[in-house]
Amino acid sequence: MAAQLQFRDVTLGYDRHPAVHHLDGEVASGALLAIVGPNGAGKSTLFRGIVGILRPLAGSILTGELDVHDIAYLPQTVDIDRSFPISVFDFVGTGLWRSIGFFGGMGKAARDKIAQALASVGLNGFENRPIGTLSGGQMQRMLFARVLLQDARLIVLDEPFNAIDARTSADLLALVRRWHAEKRTVLAALHDMELVRATFPETLLLARGPVAWGATAEVLTAENLLEARRMCEAFDESAAACAVDDVPSRAA
Amino acid sequence: MVYSVMIYDALIAPFTEFEFMRRALAAVIALALGGAPIGVFLMLRRMSLVGDAMAHAILPGAAIGFLLSGLNLFAMTTGGLIAGFTVAILAGVVARTTELKEDASLATFYLASLALGVTIVSIKGTNIDLLHVLFGNILAMDDQTLLVITFNATITLIVLAVIYRPLVIESVDPVFLRTVSRAGAPAHLAFLALVVINLVNGFQALGTLLAVGLMILPAGIARFWSRDITGMICIAVISAIVSGYAGLVLSFQTKVPSGPAIILVAALLYVGSVLFGSVSGLFRQMFPGRHLEA
Repeated sequence: MAAQLQFRDVTLGYDRHPAVHHLDGEVASGALLAIVGPNGAGKSTLFRGIVGILRPLAGSILTGELDVHDIAYLPQTVDIDRSFPISVFDFVGTGLWRSIGFFGGMGKAARDKIAQALASVGLNGFENRPIGTLSGGQMQRMLFARVLLQDARLIVLDEPFNAIDARTSADLLALVRRWHAEKRTVLAALHDMELVRATFPETLLLARGPVAWGATAEVLTAENLLEARRMCEAFDESAAACAVDDVPSRAA
Repeated sequence: MVYSVMIYDALIAPFTEFEFMRRALAAVIALALGGAPIGVFLMLRRMSLVGDAMAHAILPGAAIGFLLSGLNLFAMTTGGLIAGFTVAILAGVVARTTELKEDASLATFYLASLALGVTIVSIKGTNIDLLHVLFGNILAMDDQTLLVITFNATITLIVLAVIYRPLVIESVDPVFLRTVSRAGAPAHLAFLALVVINLVNGFQALGTLLAVGLMILPAGIARFWSRDITGMICIAVISAIVSGYAGLVLSFQTKVPSGPAIILVAALLYVGSVLFGSVSGLFRQMFPGRHLEA
């Protein structure tokens, strides 16, 4: 399989402090990759780098022939203004941006697609509800429906099952499996090791630097997890410039 | 019969008999059509006070226009637009590229701008004319001013239609828009420009201090009557037109100046909406009826 995503000695961070440090590797097209690590390990930062919201401090992330429309991103702390007067139907419809853009009309075909996406996540009958009236689980279902409509080849899910009940996460996990079966590349940051072992063939264990990356069973060993917990310390305000870089880091 | 004649005299005759009243009504309708939708977006984006701040930011430009060519509304409009754009764009750029939030960066720029405006005025000030700028005079609309106002309202509606979709998405889920499109920042800047255009538009009629009123108050009213954005925009436009009309009548029949009369009527509608509005109005909250089965 061709690589869909390549990390070339990438360092991502804030204010020159690295949150993801010297990550190398590639994600094959069609991979189902779990990204695991303690809080503050850099999982969300890595995702922000992948979708292009955050520019690397050094190194590069290559997305090959994918452009911005081929990537669907479900962030963790959704900055959604839930008091905004928009219906579930219209909100999910924004997932069609790629095909309708600024001005494209929403024809019958588009409306059918939206209705189908809502049905796939079990939100039939919620079309006209303002988004502010949804529960946490329903909100997550709605966001998955939008990802469905984005029809992206690379799907990035940041802790999608946090604070979600068992039934909802089972339903949403079925969607993840379906995406995998459709040969889409799926990356998900997760904390539930059982779920990772059961569903994800490949895992990246991240603790600012990469601890291990490979087949899930080989990555999630007791000593690797312990190592990850140890590596994840706070920023050192007086840290010297990183010496690993031979060339001066090209701040983008 | 007697009553209908009285009603005609009170409500319609001022407009059929006096041309300046007809012009004023046309101006206020144009202002409502352009300004009220902008006000709805200001409110939904929690930028209501930004409108107020921008109204102050316009002052140095208007003052320079005034000093260069006297009480020429066209020159003052141009100056106001330049000052407003400068402040809006600088504030927007600073907020988007640094840690400083929009409100803080705008406050800095508009205070500097206001100080500059007052300085310019005090160098060569004729206070009486400037009072006219501060409070406006909708009853003294000439052809040129009326054309400028309707032109600006038209531009507003066209631009708003162009940026509507990114603007809505940017308001509700900015991270999503950033991942699918680069339209967010241009749409936001275009929106700030529309705010400035409508403020300048309003200060010819209502003055710099009250111009923002015909944008914000109708939006506040609309929030109490509709749960979706299309409904809000329609209600805001209608209540702005009603306020304008009723304010003009009030001003004609009494000695209340026209600008404050219009805003006072809007404020009355607002109080009524807070009390009796169908969406979270106070009466509705006090007597919600029995709870439902499911």
